[in-house]
Amino acid sequence: MSWTRRKFLKGSAFATGALAAPSIWIPSARESWGATLSEGEPIKVGLLFSLTGSLAVPEEDSTLVLQYAFDEINANGGINGTPVEPIIIDAKSDFSVYTEKARELILREKVIAIFGCYTSASRKAILPTVMQRDNLLFYPTCYEGAECTQNTVCTGPLANQHSKDLIPFMVENFGKRVFFVGSNYVWPKESNKNAKVWLENAGGELLGEEYVPLGSPEFGPVLNKIRSAEPDFIFSTVVGASDIAFHRQFRQAGFSAEDMPIASLTTGEIETKAMGAENGAGHFLSAPYFQALENPTNQKFVEGFLSSPYGKNGVTHYNMEETYTSAYVFKNALEKAIADHGVSEVTSRLLRDACAGVRVSADVSPEGEIWVDEKNFNTWLVPKIGQCQSDGSFKIVKQAEEHVAPDPYSIYPDIGTCTADGLLTPDGTLREDVI
Amino acid sequence: MDISAVAFANSLVLGVSIASIFLVAAIGLTIIYGTAGVINMAHGEFIMLGAYTVYALQTNVGLPYFLCIPFAFVVVALIGFAIERLLIQYLYARPLDTLLATWGVSLVLTQGTRLIFGSDPKYIQIPSFMQSNIEFGGLSIGIFRILVIFSALIMVAAVWFIFYRTEFGIKVRAVTQNREMAASFGINSKQVYSLTFALGAGLAGVAGALFGVLNIVLPTMGVSYVVQAFLIVVTGGGALAGSAIAAVATGELQSIFAWFFNDTFARFLIFILIVVFLRFRPQGLISAGGSRR
Repeated sequence: MSWTRRKFLKGSAFATGALAAPSIWIPSARESWGATLSEGEPIKVGLLFSLTGSLAVPEEDSTLVLQYAFDEINANGGINGTPVEPIIIDAKSDFSVYTEKARELILREKVIAIFGCYTSASRKAILPTVMQRDNLLFYPTCYEGAECTQNTVCTGPLANQHSKDLIPFMVENFGKRVFFVGSNYVWPKESNKNAKVWLENAGGELLGEEYVPLGSPEFGPVLNKIRSAEPDFIFSTVVGASDIAFHRQFRQAGFSAEDMPIASLTTGEIETKAMGAENGAGHFLSAPYFQALENPTNQKFVEGFLSSPYGKNGVTHYNMEETYTSAYVFKNALEKAIADHGVSEVTSRLLRDACAGVRVSADVSPEGEIWVDEKNFNTWLVPKIGQCQSDGSFKIVKQAEEHVAPDPYSIYPDIGTCTADGLLTPDGTLREDVI
Repeated sequence: MDISAVAFANSLVLGVSIASIFLVAAIGLTIIYGTAGVINMAHGEFIMLGAYTVYALQTNVGLPYFLCIPFAFVVVALIGFAIERLLIQYLYARPLDTLLATWGVSLVLTQGTRLIFGSDPKYIQIPSFMQSNIEFGGLSIGIFRILVIFSALIMVAAVWFIFYRTEFGIKVRAVTQNREMAASFGINSKQVYSLTFALGAGLAGVAGALFGVLNIVLPTMGVSYVVQAFLIVVTGGGALAGSAIAAVATGELQSIFAWFFNDTFARFLIFILIVVFLRFRPQGLISAGGSRR
């Protein structure tokens, strides 16, 4: 095919048109895009997760557990007497699809809120769209923080609720020498920045820090370095398929959990099942929820979920539970917003404001009572440390004495503090929509 | 020996292991590309099917792991044969279309597997003695990695034997060199192509049976191997010996670079070296030759 001048002109004219088009019909000021409720109509929410592709393993579970949660809410009379109608989208593990579908959910479906995303990359991809239309994203998983938008509510742990207890616990029990291993993207790198601060406070020593490409199945070189560094324990932020390869090859290379346990932020019940329990046994995980938690709410959740058509994968894990509670944060906040403003007046912004301080009580939340912070809209929760047993379940070995406040800028005090209206910098200026 | 010398020697040993993994992943692709010139985008999915075959036989029939490996070969070879008969055989004259068609096949296989087995990761059980390592004067290597190295040697030897010591091999080489001329001497080139395709697919199945233990069994697991396999084949030039040399070179270099720098940077350096190499030798190390190229 020859590249003629005519084709070039045609192509470039089209490209110019495509570039120019958005400025014509996207309003410059932020506005809520018709997302209001009306009496008697179902309440529409979007579920924006990947059901296919490399992110499908964690995100399919998120979709399933939200369907379960909304079925449960609807069976108990819905919200203010009207049922919730989840609109399920497959984002296909493709960040451009996330953005496109987020826009479609807001503009066409006029959802009041979106539940979505697992990786920080996809969250950062859709946030500009969500912020411009002043919609609301429920982000139901752990993340690195260092964000202050007025359009996100997060029910997972931040770095200061995730590794702050884990590192001193490991140093105390296993020794000072530690090796960091992570997947090569933003969350592990930010988590390790945090972990270094806790490690320094605990008097530990960092022997090495290695990152492998996301999805890489080869851990030989990393394990070689670990062999010569001889750490007392390993701190891992390896995620997804790689995490399973890491644990299997760790044992195949002759290491054992007794001599050198892996302290992970992500290796939960679904991972230990996939790697084979004997490869996970003895290692540690920090999370606010474990399937083995002993309380009646969790018992009801585990039994109810696993016997429902959504429980086909056979386990509940921390990420699912954080997603499940986010549905109840939504419910409780929406009831409050409707009581305060009336059904027809509720917008996504008012719903977000109503989330401030909203509690999910211990008879609903399997991990125990949680509540949303009034300033930064992350969640107060109780971090726990579990050790994997020979059957792949976790035994809780340490639990924080009280709820820990979420702090998205815990290691960046110079940047500022997150408030409900934006990031308050030390020199007193207020910056909105910091991502 | 001081510590860093031992550690360096360890990374050389590991390099052999990485090379064997690359070679096992690439050998099926080498045969298909080298003989028929088909760029098989579904190669990673053949690997995935091999792993799922082992999983299915283990959980449903209760076969021990080692007996599952030959079955993985047979099952995936049959699937490869069917795909060649139904689709690829019509496209040999249209190389760009085979690229698209095999990519479509890969999507169908991934999604089909997801529909049958679900998208949650599966687990392959291996005998417990393989879950360990051997140590020798500071050198250390996992027993399963030794198994992969031996598998690579056996696969190379078997393919060499088939191609250079059997009548079928003579036919394959004749068809590779000049399809029309071979046909005029009475060789059924269609049959040669479909059997070669089945053989390549079956070898990918064996690769999957091995990788399912090192890695995770998922519908998308093939993706992580296929790029590396293509690099080996292209660098090697499509010949068996070329692939073997390319696998050993990249495997060792990756392990050594990863020792001096880190894993991510090592991969980056390997890519750069391959690009530079192909700039000066676009036909690869040892070209399979023939009138086609």
